[in-house]
Parts: sequence; C-alpha cells; structure tokens
Amino acid sequence: MQLTVTNSPFNEEQTEKINQILPTLTPEQKIWFSGYLTANQQSEAKIGIDAPSREVAEYLLNTEIPSKTREITILYGSETGNAQSIAETLEGRLKENEFTVKLSSMENFKPKDLKKVQDLFIISATHGEGEPPDNAATFHEFIHGRKAPKLSDLRYSVLALGDQSYEFFCQTGKDFDERLEALGGERLSPRVDCDLDFDEPAEKWMEGILSSLADSAASVSTSAADTESAQSSNTQKYSRTNPYRAEVLENINLNGRGSNKEVRHIELSLEDFGESFEPGDCLGVFPENDARIVDQLLETFGWNPETDVEINADGETLPLAEALTSRFEITKLTKPLLIKAAEIFGNTALKEVVNEEGWIQSYIEGRDLIDLIGDFPAADLHPETLLQILRKLPAREYSIASSYKANPDEVHLTVGAVRYNAHDRDRSGVCSVQFAERIEPGDTVPVYVKKNPNFKFPFNEETPVIMIGPGTGVAPFRAYMEEREELELEGKTWLFFGEQHFTTDFLYQTEWQSWLKDGVLSRLDLAFSRDTDEKIYVQHRIEQNSKEFYQWLNEGAALYVCGDEKSMAKDVHYAIRTVLEKEGGLSEEDAESYLLQLKKDKRYQRDVY
Amino acid sequence: MTEHNNTLLSEKLDEMERIKTDSNYLRGTIAEGLEDGITGAISAEDTKLLKFHGSYQQDDRDLRDERRRQKLEPAYSFMIRVRVPGGTATPEQWLAMDDIADEYANGTLKLTTRQAFQFHGILKRNLKSSMQNINSALMDSLAACGDVNRNVMCNPNPYQSEIHQEVNDLAGGISDYLSPRTGAYHEIWLDEEKILDTRDDSEEVEPIYGKTYLPRKFKIGIAVPPSNDIDVYSQDLGFIAIIENGELTGFNISIGGGMGMTHGNTDTYPQVGRVIGYCPKDKVKEVAEKIVTIQRDYGNRTDRKQARFKYTVDAKGVDWIREELNNRLGWELHGTKDFHFDHNGDRYGWTKGKGRWHFTLFIQNGRVKDTEDYQLKTALREIADIHTGDFRLTPNQNLVIANVTDQKKKQIQAIIDKYGVTDGENYSGLRRNSMACVAFPTCGLAMAESERYLPSLINKIEEILDEAGLNEEEITIRMSGCPNGCSRPALAEIAFIGKAPDKYNMYLGGGFTGNRLNKLYKENIGEKEILESLRPIIIKYGKERYEGEHFGDFVIRAGIIEEVHSGQDFHS
Repeated sequence: MQLTVTNSPFNEEQTEKINQILPTLTPEQKIWFSGYLTANQQSEAKIGIDAPSREVAEYLLNTEIPSKTREITILYGSETGNAQSIAETLEGRLKENEFTVKLSSMENFKPKDLKKVQDLFIISATHGEGEPPDNAATFHEFIHGRKAPKLSDLRYSVLALGDQSYEFFCQTGKDFDERLEALGGERLSPRVDCDLDFDEPAEKWMEGILSSLADSAASVSTSAADTESAQSSNTQKYSRTNPYRAEVLENINLNGRGSNKEVRHIELSLEDFGESFEPGDCLGVFPENDARIVDQLLETFGWNPETDVEINADGETLPLAEALTSRFEITKLTKPLLIKAAEIFGNTALKEVVNEEGWIQSYIEGRDLIDLIGDFPAADLHPETLLQILRKLPAREYSIASSYKANPDEVHLTVGAVRYNAHDRDRSGVCSVQFAERIEPGDTVPVYVKKNPNFKFPFNEETPVIMIGPGTGVAPFRAYMEEREELELEGKTWLFFGEQHFTTDFLYQTEWQSWLKDGVLSRLDLAFSRDTDEKIYVQHRIEQNSKEFYQWLNEGAALYVCGDEKSMAKDVHYAIRTVLEKEGGLSEEDAESYLLQLKKDKRYQRDVY
Repeated sequence: MTEHNNTLLSEKLDEMERIKTDSNYLRGTIAEGLEDGITGAISAEDTKLLKFHGSYQQDDRDLRDERRRQKLEPAYSFMIRVRVPGGTATPEQWLAMDDIADEYANGTLKLTTRQAFQFHGILKRNLKSSMQNINSALMDSLAACGDVNRNVMCNPNPYQSEIHQEVNDLAGGISDYLSPRTGAYHEIWLDEEKILDTRDDSEEVEPIYGKTYLPRKFKIGIAVPPSNDIDVYSQDLGFIAIIENGELTGFNISIGGGMGMTHGNTDTYPQVGRVIGYCPKDKVKEVAEKIVTIQRDYGNRTDRKQARFKYTVDAKGVDWIREELNNRLGWELHGTKDFHFDHNGDRYGWTKGKGRWHFTLFIQNGRVKDTEDYQLKTALREIADIHTGDFRLTPNQNLVIANVTDQKKKQIQAIIDKYGVTDGENYSGLRRNSMACVAFPTCGLAMAESERYLPSLINKIEEILDEAGLNEEEITIRMSGCPNGCSRPALAEIAFIGKAPDKYNMYLGGGFTGNRLNKLYKENIGEKEILESLRPIIIKYGKERYEGEHFGDFVIRAGIIEEVHSGQDFHS
C-alpha cells in the first residue's frame, strides 16, 4: 500500500520512510511489527502518550494485517440438508486454517448485511424445476431484485447441487454465480456443479477455495484506504413545497388470502434524498385522484379533458383532466365549498338549503363532488370557476415503518386501504387505494419527510419500552425495532399488537418472530378479535398482564400508543388506568394524574389518528 | 434388546433417535408449543414427535411463496389421522368425523389407503379440541403415524362376513396389543393427570418398544383371499387368512414388504413381502410382537433411509429372520398353506352376505366432500343418520355401507338415488381401480400433484382406452406425489411417482393382484409424453392380449418392460 500525507497521520518525511520499508516486509513481519507497536503504545499510554502515535498504532493494526483478516461468510440454501452439511465441513476446514468464518443458512442471513460481506462462499441446492430451495428463496429474490447492492469489494465462489435428470440442472447455483458477478463480485474460484453424487466434486471445490485463499494471502494486500468524501451537510433539499419523487420499490399486500383487510407495505427509494429521519417521524405523500372519478366528473359537466386551465394565482396552466387528477380535492366536501357552490351553481334549491341550520354539516358527511352535482346540478359552469372553489389536493402523512439507520436509502410505509360504502356508492381513500390499486414498483410518488417531535423513542438500554400498536399502528414500532437492531441495543421492549385474524392479519409476522427470537423484542402479546367467540383487543391483553405491565412502569418504562383514536387509544388509556388502580392501589383520579405526569415526562406518547 | 442397541450406539445414530430418547416418551414440548400464540407452528423437534400422536404439521404449499413475500409465516395447519383398525366405524363415529371436518378441518374427509380417516387444515388452536372430539367418538390417533406399528389393515370383505368379523377382531387385537403405552397422548390432548416417570426404566413404560420405539414406521395388514385389497405384499408384516372348510384356521406370514424409496438413491427401493410360513390363528399376536421386536433390535438406526423392516430382512436374509423368529417364539412356524389371490381392487355395488346387504361405493381418491355437482358428504351424512349397520373404509380409499337390513336397504337406496352416489358403474375399469395420495397443497413431501391431478389424467387415458375398446378392462393405476408411495404405486400396473411440478416417473408392469413390483419405463416426463408413451402400448394391448390377460402381465410378455422379481432388482 502507498501511504501519503493525506491518507495517513504521518508527515512527508515519515511516509517516505515507511513506504520504503513496508513493501519489503513479509506478512509475519508486519504482524509482529503491529503487535510491537500496540504493546508499546499500551505501556506508553500509562505515562501519557500524545495522540499521533496512538493513531499510528491503530492505523497499522487496522489495515496492515494480511488478507486473512478478510472475513469469510458461508451461506447455504438446502433442500435436504446436503448443502448444509457441506457448508459445515467447509466452515471446519477454514477454521482449521485460522480464517474468520461466519456460517448461516440463507434464510437466517439478513440481506442488508450482504454489502458488508467480504469473501462469500455459497452452497445451494436447486428445487423442482430450477427454482431456489424454500429457505433460499428470499435471498435469491433479494440479490436478483432492484435492491441488490453493488458488490465490487466481494470475492466469492459457488457450489451448486443438483440432479442431472432435471432439465434445469443446478440452476439456482448458476443463478447465484452469474448474479454475483454481475453485481461486481470477483470469482475467487470457478463454480462447481454437482450431480446426486456430490462428494467428490464438492471436495474439489473446497480444495480450490483453500488454495485460492492461500494464494491471495501470500500476495500483499493493496486495498487503498477509502478516502470518503465528506458527507454533504444536512441541508434540506426537499420539502412539502418541493417534494422528492421517490421510486416505488415494493408494494405488497400484507394480508393473507381471505382477510377482510388490505394493508399495503410500500418501500420507496430515497437514493440521493439526503435527509435523515427517526423512528416516529412521518412521510408525506401527495396522492392523485382516481381517474374514473375525474372522468365521471368531466362527463357530468360535459367538459373537454384537454382544455387548459389555470391552476394557481401564478397563471400556471394544466389540461383540465390532469389538474383534477393531481391538484384539486374532489372526494371531500367542506362548508366553504358548499357556500361558494351555492353562489356559482345557479341552483336555487342549493341556495335555499345551505342556509338551513345544520344542513351543510349533515350533507357533507360521506359525500363528494359527484354527489353534489348530482343532487344540485349546476347550470353552465366554466371549469375555472369550479377550480376556484376547490381545495388543493392535500398530502397524506404516514408514520414511517422503517429505520433510516438500518436502511438509509429506503423508506417504508404501512398503508391500510380505506374502502367503504356511503349513500349507496362505494368509496375509497384517495391515497391508500391509489397505493392498493394504481401504483406499481417503478412508479414514482412525490414525498417529503415530516418530523414528529411528539413521538420520540429512547435509545438507551435502561428504559424499558412498551409499544401498543394494533393494525397499521404498528408501523413506527417496526421502524424502532429496525433501529434498535441496527444499533445493537439491549434492553426490554414489549409490543401489544392486535387485528382481526391470526392467520391473515398478523402484520409483519415473520419479522416480529425473528426480533423476538433474537431478543430485540422481549415480549409480544397478541389480540386477534375474530378468532374467538369473545372479541379480544389489545386493551384486554394489557389488563390480563397487569402485574407485569405495572412492574415495567415501576422500572421506568416509556409507553407508546399508535393507531386508531376513537376505537383503540381511548380504551387502551382506560386499560392502563385500570392497571394502575388494580396493581398500584391508586384511585381513578390519582391514576389519571399519574398518567398526566407520564405525559409531561414524555413517558407516555401517542400518535393516533 | 439393549445389547443390540448398544452396539449401534457406537455408530452415529440418526438424529431422530436422540429426539425420541430425549422426548420423555413422546412428550417433548408439544404441550408448551400448543400454547404459543406467536406462531401457528410448533418446534421442529415437536413436529417429529407429534407424528406419534397421529398428526403432521403441514402448510398450504399453494400459498407458501405468496405468504413469504407478505411477511407472513406459512399457512400452517395440522393433519390428523384417525386410527380405524380394519377400517370399521359406526354410523355415530361417521357423524362425529363429519362434524369435526366441518368445525375444525377444511370441510372434507379423506379416507386413506390404510383405512383411516384423515382431516386436513386444522389450525393449531383447534388441534386439542379436534383430538378431544375424536376421543369422544371412541376413536384416537395415537400411533397413526410415527416409528411404531400403524393402523392395522384388514380386508373389509362384505360378502364373506362370517370370516370378516373374526379377522377384523384380530386386526383390532393386534392394533391394541402393539399400541404405545406412554401416557403422553392422554396428558397432552385429553388433560389427563401427568404420571411422573420417577423410574427411568423403559421396559416399565413401553414393554414392547422401549424408549426409542422402532427405527421406522411399521405396517401390518391382514388379507382374506381371494382378495388382496390390502396389498399384503406391501406390508412390513402381512397375514394371509387361511380358510379351511369355511373356517378361519390361521395365517400365512409375509415379511419385509414396503413402498418407500428416495429418488436418485438406488440403495432404496420398494419391495414385496416374502411368505415365510404359517401360524394358527391364536398365535397371531405373538408372531406380530416377536417380529416387531426383531425389527426393534436389528433395524438400522443410523440411516432412516435404510431403516424399514424390508432392509433388515434383505440384509439378514429371510432364513435368518425365520430362525430368529422361531427362537423368540420358542416354537417353529408351520409350512406355508395354499392360497390364491384374484385382484387387489374393490368390488363395487350391492352384495349380500350373512343375511345382510353391503353397498360398496366408489370415492374418487378417498375424498369425501361436497361439490356443486356431487353432494357426496351430505349424502353419506344422511345415510349415517339412519344406518343401523356400520361403515367400512376400504384399502382402496372407497367405502362400504355394510350390514344393511332389508328394510333399511330401501331407505339407503333412496338416498343413494337422490344424490346420485355412485358405485363407479359408469366409470371405466381404469378409474375404478385408481388411487392417488394427497400431495399438494398440504403434504410437505409432495414434489408433484397427485389427488388433484390423477382424475383429469385418467380422462385423457380413457380416450385411448375407448379407442382400443378397453373401457371396461380393469387396470390398476396409481399416482403418488413423492417416492414414499402412500398410494402403493410400486404395485400398480401403471404408476406415476412425482419428481417435480408436472413431471413424473412412469412405471409399468405391476401385478394385478398386487403380487409383483412394476419397473421404471420413462423418467421425468410431463402429460404430453405420458399420453404419447401409453398410447401405442394400450392399442397393442387391445389387439394382442390373450383372453383374461392383465395389462401388467401383457407388457412383460410383449417385452415392453422387464419383469421385476425382487425389490433389489427394481433399479437394475
């Protein structure tokens, strides 16, 4: 390696001398030297050492140990256990040769860690007609998907297991081999394809790996220290008025077949967005109206969709259909809108009723512009006249469901599709149903980040955290779990989640299971209201676990509630009060003031809607 | 026994042996797993122990990939297999099974190839209630699966009822005698008080099996000639009833049959049982017990793919087994007596025996369900409501409404007519002799469709049969979604074993009476090639067969496929 003044802590004279000596050292000499410096540094530290020499020692220690410090990862995708047993054998051999090795099934490997992997050895079976084995499917899909990272620093080799009698022999192994190369990986030794009788070729493959590793260890590592350009300062480039167009990466229905619900999991790309966010923050999304409703409106009025119309005071124009789709609110009625409509529609009946006490309030409930012009036809109305009384289409804000620290290039949302029938027409939420029905991966949506200072999580290991988030209310807690996992925080966390049915509505089920297994989540209590004769909700689970709940509060737990205000947050509040009364012997009044104090202390925060 | 098992311990025992040893007689942590509401599954080790309780954890494989993307665990559910020795159930039991199917399972009943009831799609939270309802119907699922003796099969022959009752009683007797004695089943499912095992003395708890039970599953069946409907040669231990002067005197004993194999592993193969002698009828339980203990002591416990009794028999030799058996019995088996098998299928429609009527109806692949066109489940429920005899599940997945009085016959016939319940009369001989296992979507082992596919494949083969004028010809055809062979494919005249979605290995030349294994004809082929391959053979058979010559015999005589004499030649 070539040291310079800019990539090392040395001055010119020092770098020159070091550069003269370094290339002549054998790996063993380098190890000895770094050990010598470290030991020296430790003894010097006692008598007070100045900063530069400490850095020297650390610098050498961190970069100059030969390439055995490259960490090896072995991943297997196993159908019958053969791949796993070969993987275990390889792990043993590598460890005997003093390599650092991590062994994992593809299923248990977190795809986001792939970019950190240095040397990768894959052993994979092939399933049925060329598909990956079940436990390799997620990983296979990930590296073939648009979220796969560049792997220019990766060295790898693949062992493929298969059966010659199948048409797509060893297909999955071939897929991995080709894809890793396409992502920029360097093939350390060639792929080997094995038929049913795999022992011998597998043995050769392992020998090939060991000898390639030995070769590369002998040559001096020359990886230059990355001089990372200073991160651009956190200036906000995008905002509500200047939204960022985020590409949709994923759009999945989280509910299994047969569910009454449809909750979409949306993943958006934030590449080059340049702004961070924290668990609890929101993402604003500018939706578009359903084209069918716009068409119906145009038809009712007999307007030409192509007519250019002014859309704001600046004189900006758009074709009428586009303006109605993306700029104006047409699915909601408001009091000012009705009053103005009475003026411009030229409809005498409307003029009369708007003045009736309470009429507007009851009329606008569940009705939209199409109902209005159906009930009170307008005579000879110019499009721009109508636009003047319409509100701008507002953004919808969703609690972010992913962690910036864990996935800086993405933001995830958990969006429940809103559909209902009112006044004999099926109606749907503008933004949620746009996600459910009209947006596909590859499309873009205008978004901005909105901080939520009233929903902030602790990031210490001492504070126990209780999260109550049924339905889509679980979104910020997913973000928080991702972040705790990324930060490797220990400590107590407890989630209460509820929905209708266990089998179809357990949102992010496999993720919660895995956090529970890894200890990122300490407790999980579930309430599925329609699986039992008697309806069970999260508040019942809180009361059932009152003893532990109270104990957590006494240990200083912080409480978070997210989700529906009317039917959930209120009942949860009463349930917590009941816990305080029952376990703490507080009166109703004292329990309320206890909760009030918790709120003041920011230990009881809610994000309800 | 301990002596032999100790020698094996020096080699590396299969993981399953450790699981059994550590399970505290099949308890494991099943009870705890049922309480875990975070997942619809139980732990991997418990799923293996659960089999001994008659239940498999499965998932809807049609949805597996979809749910993985949805961040949902697989749609786990459980299959329960209810043991019905000899396939005999009362009308009350039928109604109880029908209720469970609707309340907890997927609304259908599967009559299995081993004369058991099977429920599919039971969610974990309903598993215990299902077990309790089965128990209330005086039935159970203990040892319906697992490394123990399974449901004992028995010919449900309706037209020789004098013998049938006696043979059926013996099947029940063997079944009870070889049942595990552990209290685990009653504790876990029926909330009976836990009996603590203070003495770690396996013979105390399981006098026949011991702590590690058998190396692998063990199957027993009793055939009554001339019907070989139970496929006696497919059984680990088969008994062939010997009837002299209208009286049951005893049984010929067949050992070492079995269907399962593994694709690509020629050390595994299906095998036909070998008849080693005769025993009087009062010695049947004793013979069964001694043979089970031979397998317990000498069966392979290091490699589960070599652990069935057939491999023990082939490794040690038939003569050695006979001698060991004689030693353990303390008396010698008698010489084999003459017998003759005609067929291994069912005989449909009304028959009369011992003054009672019996109606054998055809049930496609044993699936009892209602569809828009065919309300079979409802019809059988109505029959069960008025029936005073019993139901007999046949080894070919069909059903006998047995012991019907003259008065009831009219009423039952009226229900049969009302719903168009069929005895298969209008079906081809091929369809009447067809069997398929469950396979997709619930079976975890399936590599290809079976029950959902065979009927439509038969439609297409029937077109060829029509052309060859063979529509009435009885030909056995069986399909299995994997090489474990639940539908006993290796004994069919035409057989398909799944390799991958839409791909099958095709086998030809099995014996019509279930006496001969078939052989691989084409590997890994799809429907088009199946039909193209069968077509010339069927046409040729139509033209060149001798009178009464069965399809399986013809393809061998015509040189289309080689005859297989022993499982050890199956792959050669």
